[in-house]
Amino acid sequence: MSATSTPSAPAFVAKTKGGRITNFVDERVGGSGMLREFGRKVFPDHWSFMFGEVALYSFVILLLSGTFLTFFFDPSMAETHYQGSYTPLKNVEMSVAYSSSLDISFDVRGGLFMRQVHHWSALLFVASVSVHMLRVFFTGAFRKPREMNWVVGSVLLILSMAAGFTGYSLPDDLLSGNGLRIIDGVIKSIPVIGTYISFFLFGGEFPGTMVIGRLYMLHILLVPALILLMIVMHLFMVVVHKHTQYPGPGRNDGNVVGYPLGPVYAAKAGGFFFIVFGVVALMAGFFTINPIWNYGPYDPSPVSAGTQPDWYIGFVDGALRLMPGTIGNWSVEQVWFGQVFSFNVLLPALVPAGILFTVMFMYPWIERWITKDGREHHVLDRPRNAPTRTAIGMAGFVWYCVMWAAAGSDLIATHFHVSLNDVTYWLRALFFIGPVIAFIVTKRVALALQRKDREIALHGRETGRIVRLPHGEFIEVHAPLDEYKRYKLVGFESPSPLPAEPNANGVVDKKEKRRAKLSQWFFEDRVAPATPAELEAAHGHHGAHEAIESGDTQKTLSR
Amino acid sequence: MKALSQKRRHPLAAIALLLMGLLVTGGLYAVATTVNQAKATTSFSANDAEEGGKLFAANCATCHGMGASGSQDGPSLVGVGAAAVDFQVGTGRMPMQMNGPQAYKKPAQFNEEQTHQLSAYVASLGPGPSIPEAHVLDGQGDAANGGELFRVNCAMCHNAAAAGGALTRGKFAPALSGVSEKHIYEAMVTGPQNMPVFSDSNVGPEGKRDIITFLKQIEANGSPGGADLGALGPVSEGLFVWIAGLGVIIAFTIWLTSRTS
Repeated sequence: MSATSTPSAPAFVAKTKGGRITNFVDERVGGSGMLREFGRKVFPDHWSFMFGEVALYSFVILLLSGTFLTFFFDPSMAETHYQGSYTPLKNVEMSVAYSSSLDISFDVRGGLFMRQVHHWSALLFVASVSVHMLRVFFTGAFRKPREMNWVVGSVLLILSMAAGFTGYSLPDDLLSGNGLRIIDGVIKSIPVIGTYISFFLFGGEFPGTMVIGRLYMLHILLVPALILLMIVMHLFMVVVHKHTQYPGPGRNDGNVVGYPLGPVYAAKAGGFFFIVFGVVALMAGFFTINPIWNYGPYDPSPVSAGTQPDWYIGFVDGALRLMPGTIGNWSVEQVWFGQVFSFNVLLPALVPAGILFTVMFMYPWIERWITKDGREHHVLDRPRNAPTRTAIGMAGFVWYCVMWAAAGSDLIATHFHVSLNDVTYWLRALFFIGPVIAFIVTKRVALALQRKDREIALHGRETGRIVRLPHGEFIEVHAPLDEYKRYKLVGFESPSPLPAEPNANGVVDKKEKRRAKLSQWFFEDRVAPATPAELEAAHGHHGAHEAIESGDTQKTLSR
Repeated sequence: MKALSQKRRHPLAAIALLLMGLLVTGGLYAVATTVNQAKATTSFSANDAEEGGKLFAANCATCHGMGASGSQDGPSLVGVGAAAVDFQVGTGRMPMQMNGPQAYKKPAQFNEEQTHQLSAYVASLGPGPSIPEAHVLDGQGDAANGGELFRVNCAMCHNAAAAGGALTRGKFAPALSGVSEKHIYEAMVTGPQNMPVFSDSNVGPEGKRDIITFLKQIEANGSPGGADLGALGPVSEGLFVWIAGLGVIIAFTIWLTSRTS
């Protein structure tokens, strides 16, 4: 292969047949140059960096299994009578789409397995995208220069939800039809134009005869193409920016410490694809997902108990369930100018999701504005070292989880033998106070962990060895850390609040004052990392009873 | 006709018309309701009713009152029929363990003979739905039709896969797997707990037979796609992919990166 690394020498003739073919190709496409460039890309090793990969691999599995399903699925809403081998539905009137989904499940060899592979990997896809985003958020990987890649990732999350939902609706069974009905209701609750949009989407009054075919086109063509485009942009930017890394000795914003792509990482990543595929295949083989034959064909009249969307749409469903129809005596649904305004549907369906996604998209710029930090960051924050950001993230996460739990309120009620009403009341309360509690608790935990780190950096690790001194005092012996471990505990930034600064005209404007207040809020509670001088001092009086002399650390904690 | 037209202004004509109208509507109502009235076809001996009366006085009268006339703690049982007793006592829901939103199913407190005697006693108090005959319980009906009836009439509480569901304030519709054909039928005709009555004019005996056939068939079919995760739909699936799916994958990622991290 070393022969291929000199493509510029035209006189070169390879010795073997394989070498000659390789050289022929290389002289025309320059593959070795690309290989050299990409093969040397260095990736840091950490388990939390692999969720993006899981998402990518689930997407590949989705493309493969989805292609198989398109061979047999017929997205028609024409009426037919089922003649397949599942007897409890024999001769039942249903759409061709549902009938062909049943055929895939019962009469196509391997069809049920492939359907389950497709559905499980879809759930895994959105889940891994979400976990990947949480990792990026909590480690501060969205900071300069990666803000745009954060936006692309956020778009990918929305697209993956769209891909999931359009696919969930395709079998035209009772469950998916109920889900579509809810979407139809949400669309119709939009004032003035809602009904028109609904009629446009469904080609007439719900359910019509068009929507499955339209969703199918979105599901197999438009949405995957957009996802693919976004993935290409996402990965391109990863190559441009290079990968982030956790803090450690020898790691800084100017380098990347890890393994090169070839051969170590290529082997690991290739193997990991098969691991993900294997896990999905095992799940599909042993656990049923979306047993459409249980639900029966869609008919607008019945609604089954326990009708829920797939997990990623669950938070919207939960918000809808939490919304009261009346507040006191005031009806949330209003009639103005002879028109009904269904705020009881519109508000829960659009507002929480709107807030979540808006904050998600804007967060890099919000934090950048507050902190005035315009530097490039390639070394990640440990979540505890950015207590306010971590607390904001947890507040959002808890808010999401409350709505998420609300989507399963009926199952919580039946499985824990509690009243459905009480579950709803509690979740309504948690909807408002949950994020506040989460913010306070997370921030305190993060600060406490920072104090613990500081303590360990200054005084070493507790060994558990108790020694009795000659005068009778008992102490525990602390062992000093090696400097690699200590670096992790002290090598971080702890910015202090940035006061308002005058602008170019020498005026401190209102916006700047607001920013200063937010900066105060963001950074006022801080634990400074142990400085070299403090470390020196701690080591200077390296006496046996240093562990109990922790008073000196307190004075460095501002506030 | 002439006589009628002459007498139509008679002072008593209005009363006669009223009487006629009442007779017609009353008669029609009587005919219509007798369609719904189950005939007591199961034969109970006088001895059964007498023994049942003793059991009732000892075990049920505290709440349901002497002579099943009802009290503050329990409803009157006059006219609920043998089917109601057979269901409530046969599934262990009665005697009730404690007051609450709903009586829970538990091991039956009376044996078959005692249940039979109690049924005989309550049936003797007034006509009501009787214990169903064997031919509607044979599970040989049309499962597909039963499935449609089930989805339209039952699935909103019991879930399309009969896995059960929540109702308000701690009440719930139970899962239906493992419930005997007879008890399913009796529940439909008597409407126990919070369940509405599905009378014969609503779902006929053949329809009930189809529903039972459907339920027994999906129970026997099991889950063709593997473990059904409780047949609870997307919530258990989501929980599974987050905990088991991602859990296993995280374990692998830790293994893959364990040498250098």
